[in-house]
Amino acid sequence: MELYRGGLRVNDITNRWYQDISKSNYGAFITFIGTIRDEDNIDALSFDIYEPILKSWFESWQIIANQKGAKIFMAHSIGDVKVGESSYISAVASPKRRVALELIDEFVEDFKANAPIWKYDVIASKRVYAKDRSTPMNGAGVLSGEEND
Amino acid sequence: MVKIEFLGPIEIDDIELDIDNLKDLSIYMKQDENLKEWIDISAVAVNDKIITTPDYKLNSGDRVSILPPVCGG
Repeated sequence: MELYRGGLRVNDITNRWYQDISKSNYGAFITFIGTIRDEDNIDALSFDIYEPILKSWFESWQIIANQKGAKIFMAHSIGDVKVGESSYISAVASPKRRVALELIDEFVEDFKANAPIWKYDVIASKRVYAKDRSTPMNGAGVLSGEEND
Repeated sequence: MVKIEFLGPIEIDDIELDIDNLKDLSIYMKQDENLKEWIDISAVAVNDKIITTPDYKLNSGDRVSILPPVCGG
């Protein structure tokens, strides 16, 4: 897992991952590249990350991937990322295509729902929490007394 | 004492409370106008492990993190 301040250098990161997996006997390599879209008059998006829990969340997915003979990669930005730049890259390498196709779907969806990352719109140099686009994590509600996982 | 840290968009400084479990923390947060909106929608970690049981026992020196709704990518 790799974290960078600002927009991601997509070519450098994905080429390095490809070099890494091309030496092993993987038959499939799928990348997902997330890019900041021009919408709602934003200048940029900005991200806060809680690294200790992001790291353990990622490691638990790496174990799942390894059990299927696959390997997961991920890079994410910290701080401001301008429109048109990339803030998120993930990838899965697997011996055959089905495992990678399914795993990239499950991994990216769980990333959106449970990775401890907070997003802000940057409009006129002000950061506004993207609350209506955010999802309570698994376990949310425990303070309301709900038994929940 | 138990240290409470509020992550991401919750703009509240860390606090230290003399509490025994998450129910005590919930009672504290309900009394604060700036914190009560986060009670129902936040997840909780103790020493960086997500906790899902409300009566989870807290010990002095524990570090509790409040994690509001997320949106990576």
